[in-house]
Amino acid sequence: MEFFIITLIKAGLIAGVLLTGLAYLPWLERKVIAHVQSRMGPSRVGPHGLMQPLADLIKFLSKEDLIPAHVNKFYYVLAPFLATALALTSISVVPFGPQIDVFGWKTNMGMTDLNIGVVFILAVSSVGVYGIALGGWASNNKYALLGALRSSAQMISYELPMALAIAAPLLMVNTLNLRAIVEKQQGSMLDWNLLHGPFPQVFGFIIFMIAAFAETNRIPFDLPEAENELVAGFHTEYSSMKFALFFMAEYGNMVTVCCMATILFLGGWNPIWPSEYGSNFVATLLFGGAAAIMFYHGFNPARPKDRITLPIFGTVFAGIALVFQVPFLAPALQPLFWYSLKVGFLLFLFIWIRATLPRFRYDQLMRFAWLFLFPVAMVNLLVTGFLVALFTK
Amino acid sequence: MPEIPVPLNEVPLAWYLVLSAVLFALGIAGFMLRKNIITVFMSIELMLNAVNLSFVAFSYKFKQVDGHIFTFFVMVVAAAEAAVGLAIILTVFKNRTTLQIDEVNSLKY
Amino acid sequence: MDLLLFFFFAFLAVAAAINLVVQTHPISSALSLVGVMGSLAVLYLLLGAEFIAAVQLIVYAGAIMVLFIFVIMLLNAGAEQHRRAKLFPVVAGMPALFAFLALASYTISKMFPRGLPAVKFGEFKGGGAGEIGMAIFTKYLLPFEVTSILILVAILGAIVLAKKEID
Repeated sequence: MEFFIITLIKAGLIAGVLLTGLAYLPWLERKVIAHVQSRMGPSRVGPHGLMQPLADLIKFLSKEDLIPAHVNKFYYVLAPFLATALALTSISVVPFGPQIDVFGWKTNMGMTDLNIGVVFILAVSSVGVYGIALGGWASNNKYALLGALRSSAQMISYELPMALAIAAPLLMVNTLNLRAIVEKQQGSMLDWNLLHGPFPQVFGFIIFMIAAFAETNRIPFDLPEAENELVAGFHTEYSSMKFALFFMAEYGNMVTVCCMATILFLGGWNPIWPSEYGSNFVATLLFGGAAAIMFYHGFNPARPKDRITLPIFGTVFAGIALVFQVPFLAPALQPLFWYSLKVGFLLFLFIWIRATLPRFRYDQLMRFAWLFLFPVAMVNLLVTGFLVALFTK
Repeated sequence: MPEIPVPLNEVPLAWYLVLSAVLFALGIAGFMLRKNIITVFMSIELMLNAVNLSFVAFSYKFKQVDGHIFTFFVMVVAAAEAAVGLAIILTVFKNRTTLQIDEVNSLKY
Repeated sequence: MDLLLFFFFAFLAVAAAINLVVQTHPISSALSLVGVMGSLAVLYLLLGAEFIAAVQLIVYAGAIMVLFIFVIMLLNAGAEQHRRAKLFPVVAGMPALFAFLALASYTISKMFPRGLPAVKFGEFKGGGAGEIGMAIFTKYLLPFEVTSILILVAILGAIVLAKKEID
């Protein structure tokens, strides 16, 4: 019985944090892309544009939610719900930290602990193709249909190199349980699957990231939903809340693949060097350093209102820095800090590449998948298997 | 007919087999009654799924993993058959421009 | 708990199968079939076949049915037009089907008196990826290799059948 209650609380917590994150990820993306392009991004709605997601939400909710006359109504409404539901389902099996002790109840950080976690995420991303295919077909619009078919073909083509790239570190850790995979990478950075073992999975990581870009329809593989190529691809006929659902599904998939990459290749929530050598203080130092910079700029302000706002933020950050050292919160917060650091870096990589690279043409995209990435992933798997068999007793 | 067992966390194995038989029968019904060639093909896939359920149920009964292996092979064969069958359907459509199997009733077009 | 899950997903599977047979548009039939496969995946989980459940979703529902949906969308298959329904399949077929079902249920109930053995979730732990891997690569190695040749033949056949004529 208490299992249900704890799981409900965890589900509520994770849903809350996740949905807030999914709302603020577009904000982050717009700011990063703007700064890469030497401009400022959203800066009017709230300080540094932080209220922009709220404004977008109000805009989406208050727009007229029309269903065009010529669409297949049932599938038109089903498609965005399917896409979002599947994107959120795959996050439910991702662990966020080790087992912690909350007021005497031992529980895992993360909603579930499946023994087949890796294959479950692959399965959900396989079925996730339907949201896009149905959305495009139901729109009764040739551009949407073309975009949907291209996107579905791209997603199922890149599932193969992704699965093979996932299989290679699985050979080294011998388990499909995501939590056990992270626990086997304990130690320093040299124990992560990226750099450890008979065959460091550098190629596997790169192949997985490339396949992940294609699975989530991000640049450089976003031809199916490109704004200036195919009108808007499969979500041409969608407006307001349904479009927002597709949008959220895409960012949800992005978060899932970044979490998978962190768990499989970058050591999950393990710190860069072991905690015996003081890695527990990195969080405190980072936040404390940010607080110090804010205080410094608060005393030599560039604008008059900075004299008030910056020291307030400085105290907030200093408070967060101290929270990391509280002994009964530290076992939960420290792994979460490292995990967020790595996932955040990978998300930044996604956004950075979006700001930098042009997009592939569709035939170049498919050729790249089948003629280059798939053989490379297979060779990676073969070499890993061979070396693991050679060097394990 | 087996009586309903009192404990809520036990399901008699026979019920899985009856479900498999029902799905198989529905697959046969679809295969006989439908005229669209793709729907006929999907009814065949439904029959294969019913058989898979039967395999897995018996694998549970004997507590061996061999039933799962057979299911795996059935899925592989179904995949190969779906690929070739859909290619054939595409060719038939190209030549006869119809998907109703009633109209594909002479060797010469 | 198992009983409730079994009833719910068995009902869903049968309803989706009936929907497949009854719907006129092939896309609705295809999505009903995906529904059947999803319910069957949950039933496999109840029977302890966790790897097969995941493979069912990845291969069957995620790849084969996507292929079906591609073909339906590409061929722009519309809803079936109603013609005079032929009487023979309905008159001779349905009773035969019911007879078959009755015979199957009777045989099953005679083979499994009182329905036992009972299926409890978690009792069969041998369905994980490790056990299947051991069996495939030791006892069933020859069928495994032969299926790889089968898939190669299927790929070649599909490409030859579906490609455009090069003039």
